Amino acid sequence: MTARAVQETTYREAVREAMREALLRDDRVFLMGEDVGRYGGGFGVSLGMIEEFGEDRVRDTPLSESAFVGAGIGAALGGMRPIVEVMTINFAMLAMDQLVNTAAALLHMSGGQFAVPLVVRMTTGGGRQLAAQHSHSLENWFAHVPGLRVLAPATIEDARCMLWPALLDPDPVIIVEHGSLYNDKGPAPEPGTEVDIDRAKVRRVGDDVTLVTYGGSLGLVLDAAERLAQEGISAEVVDLRLLRPLDSATVASSVARTHRAVVVDEGWRTLGMSAEVSARVMEDCFYDLDAPVGRVCTLEVPIPYAKHLEDAALPSVERVAAAVHEAVGRDG
Amino acid sequence: MSTSRRPAPEPEAPVPTPVDGRREPDHMALFERMLLVRRFEERCVELYSAGRIRGFLHLYIGEEAVAVGVLDHLRDDDAVVATYRDHGQALARGVPVGPVMAEMLGRAEGVCRGRGGSMHLFHAPTRFYGGNGIVGGGLPLAVGLALADRMQGRDRVTVCFFGEGAMAEGEFHESMNLAALWHLPVLFLCENNLYAMGTALDRSESETNLALKAASYEVPAWSCDGMDVLATWEAARRAVELVRDGGSPVFLEAKTYRFRAHSMYDADRYRDRAEIEHWRERDPLVLLRTRLLADGVPQKDLDAAETRVTAALDDAVAFAEAGTEEPVDELLTFVTSGR
Repeated sequence: MTARAVQETTYREAVREAMREALLRDDRVFLMGEDVGRYGGGFGVSLGMIEEFGEDRVRDTPLSESAFVGAGIGAALGGMRPIVEVMTINFAMLAMDQLVNTAAALLHMSGGQFAVPLVVRMTTGGGRQLAAQHSHSLENWFAHVPGLRVLAPATIEDARCMLWPALLDPDPVIIVEHGSLYNDKGPAPEPGTEVDIDRAKVRRVGDDVTLVTYGGSLGLVLDAAERLAQEGISAEVVDLRLLRPLDSATVASSVARTHRAVVVDEGWRTLGMSAEVSARVMEDCFYDLDAPVGRVCTLEVPIPYAKHLEDAALPSVERVAAAVHEAVGRDG
Repeated sequence: MSTSRRPAPEPEAPVPTPVDGRREPDHMALFERMLLVRRFEERCVELYSAGRIRGFLHLYIGEEAVAVGVLDHLRDDDAVVATYRDHGQALARGVPVGPVMAEMLGRAEGVCRGRGGSMHLFHAPTRFYGGNGIVGGGLPLAVGLALADRMQGRDRVTVCFFGEGAMAEGEFHESMNLAALWHLPVLFLCENNLYAMGTALDRSESETNLALKAASYEVPAWSCDGMDVLATWEAARRAVELVRDGGSPVFLEAKTYRFRAHSMYDADRYRDRAEIEHWRERDPLVLLRTRLLADGVPQKDLDAAETRVTAALDDAVAFAEAGTEEPVDELLTFVTSGR
């Protein structure tokens, strides 16, 4: 029996393939955003799509985040299934009104009359020396808001397979893609692979501590787990996959076995994803815990340009390992 | 002369004789619809004073000719995006008055099951997309509705109401640019009542000629007398035809005035009594009533309209008062669609 040759791909190509598939499957789906067409996308994600699908379905917009995100809402209400790309989450601040005051609230305000089947993709995160206005991880802002679903694909499989169920969701979905993932290489998912957009996933099984993370931090957390394994510490790694609604149950069932948790989140610590996850672990697993929940986050500073400063601000394998040492060292 | 103190516009020339086949305005129908809006708002004041309506209450009194004159031109499949001063826009669109009143009272029988209230009236059957409490927030939505029509090959029109205050917002400029760039069928309908809450036009806009400002986006733009429903009707007829036939946006400014304060919380310290009285002389209902009587419409026909409106509002208030409260168990429904 001959094994099928595994197709290599990248995270970037996986997102592109997901969008191509969606545009091919459903005439109502179209892509719009800044430079998604002739430029090929600010991060090259939609390269070649305007040639394949034309200017009507791959729309270059003016630099007007509020208008084109809002236009996505209106187009969704009008029967289309838009994929709106906002170049980075930092620019999405300019569309906050539309996302929070309209997209998230419309269904409720209208007493259930108007659902908004909109997908908004945006790049998040640092690590590329792009300084403070292109590097922040602000996804917790969206995860705060009832009415939104927030996805953080950390793997090529999720990058390839989360878009379709997001488009099937009758409500607005925000997909945050960490900018450092686009060049990740790996096997392409088998054609027809389906994933859910409801549950977190255990990416590595372990017994001594649960490391909870998502998106761009998954790689460094898995690296940290590998290093800890060499020290004899067995770490379980939970990838949240979706930031709203949070799958607390998967986190809790892991922590109930390991009795320790460290949350790793590239956002700032104050009022961030890590704060929410930590609170839920306290609520769900208080009597299972053998140590306080640890947190590894970006230091409370606008991300600086210089590499050594940026590196010092962001979560690292060393800081994750140190937090785990702290957690296991406090054995009760 | 300060713009905010400028006199009410003079009545414009009579509506030109319609060419063959062109729709003509039904004066009595326009009168009765404006009367419904006026009396609805007056009932709301009573209900607010009695503590039956709470929260913000923004009244459309004085501005009735705008929504009534404009929305008379829409087809059932056209769409409307409204402002927070939306009762008149909703009623002029034909959203049923009972459920609108029930919404004012926060009832489960309200158009939005008590979730929206005064500022957020929505009604899917008439494609009435709210009711937006964020000034300027509805404009991108309207652009998107029109984009969906354009992409699906439909000749529908989206009318987007906003006040002159919204023209200072970035969303106005972003939306005008996008709609013009993509040739989207939106009628941008500016209700210029001269005050953005308490801030007069000339204190908030560097260019107070709003049509001139809008025209810079290569969009046909002009103004009409928003106190004269027939003038507004005729201007809107041209505008809606241009949007539908040309498939491109149009900007229409209706010069109007609100006779009441911004909301029930507003002490109205920023306007001269004389200015308000001056505009009241051009009350849109009085103007049309005078015209109707001059045209030989018998007084009893006007009285009959008043009687019908009173009866409709009695029914609406009774319907609302008899309404039920949405069970608190239902509080979290409609946050998501429940996949």
